[in-house]
Amino acid sequence: MAKFSIDGIKFDAIYSCVPHRKVKSSDYYHFSEAESLLFEKTTGIKERRVASEEITCSDLCYRAAENLLKDTRVDRGEIEVLIFVSQSPDHFLPSTAIILQERLKLPQNCMAFDINLGCSGYVYGLSVISSLLKNGLKKGLLLVGDKSTISTSFNDKSTHPLFGDAGTATLLSCDEQADSMFFNLQSDGSGKDAIIIEYGHSRFPYNKYIDEEIEYDPGIKRSRNHLALDGVKVFNFALKEVAKSINQCLEYAQISKEKVDFFVLHQANKLINDSVRKKMKVTEDKFPMSISKFGNTSSASIPLTISVSLQEQIKKQHLTLLLSGFGVGLSWASVSLKIGPIPVKLIEYD
Amino acid sequence: MEINDLIKYIESEFDELPKGTLQPETSFREIEGWSSMHALLLIALVDNHYDVLLTGEELKNAVTIRDLFLIIVNRKS
Repeated sequence: MAKFSIDGIKFDAIYSCVPHRKVKSSDYYHFSEAESLLFEKTTGIKERRVASEEITCSDLCYRAAENLLKDTRVDRGEIEVLIFVSQSPDHFLPSTAIILQERLKLPQNCMAFDINLGCSGYVYGLSVISSLLKNGLKKGLLLVGDKSTISTSFNDKSTHPLFGDAGTATLLSCDEQADSMFFNLQSDGSGKDAIIIEYGHSRFPYNKYIDEEIEYDPGIKRSRNHLALDGVKVFNFALKEVAKSINQCLEYAQISKEKVDFFVLHQANKLINDSVRKKMKVTEDKFPMSISKFGNTSSASIPLTISVSLQEQIKKQHLTLLLSGFGVGLSWASVSLKIGPIPVKLIEYD
Repeated sequence: MEINDLIKYIESEFDELPKGTLQPETSFREIEGWSSMHALLLIALVDNHYDVLLTGEELKNAVTIRDLFLIIVNRKS
């Protein structure tokens, strides 16, 4: 099992950026009133932020990072690694991270690359960037997010109303005094079909003939270029693995759950997070949620929840957090870490 | 373990369902407005109360509430 610890890396700031435009669940064309109420009860999603056609995930991450760099007055020349974690890159190639290196006016001696992961991506990204920093780099910028709303069919009620768009920026640096982070990372490719965009890359290249939408069930109509999600499979995976992953991580870190100030989980579905919380016998106030206002924002959901729900605490206090991301792959990851006080901000993209 | 407890849990979870309407032989998919979201609520409810994770296949093959109850009993034994 991929469990490891990294010491001497500290968080400097976390900024998140969401599009200005709000879309309410109750306005979704394919929902009856009863369905809309049941959807809100089950997923917890009341509204979400949807980027307009011309805004990409990298634009949201850029806005978050530019504000972070200006506010913290960090010397951009000291940023030696930039990682962009996303499944909605600007282009098939080159890597979006390299485009962002130039846009953010970072030096050419800054290494930059993408990581293609979804909901587990923030924790995976933290583990990679922290490992690189530990090997002698000064500062690192972790840009994480997705524009998932471009991947779903409007006619598929099993996916379309779930997702929101968001981009985030986390600045990290070497500091010998910083506490250790304890990681527990896992994957299971046998679940690849549970969340998949089947066509459009080299296994099944894009072709216009498969743009035609097929009706799988009433209200579930999409093409094979769209994202397909097996809700029951994903739900079962989360119920089976997430609490286990968190408990293994805490055991590895030798921290009792009572010592954790907040458990910040990926925001896929309120029912999943409630079930995990009940399994762990942890009170509701220790499980911050942001899904009601932002929907499922893929890899951005953990830093976004920190920016939205823990802003006041993290600006003033040193907190022990347990972060856990899980989803597409299947891939899941937990980390126990200490953070703060640091600047945290939520920005709206006009 | 009593089937009436399972019925009670389902009736209290599904807000739109008047109490006392479910029977062991009720086909749960015939509950008005049944959707995949009800399936998720059912999986969460069974996991929470019985520590049994119903698979998609089990759920697909079950017709009545008694079928669900028997899956839980078998998995617990």
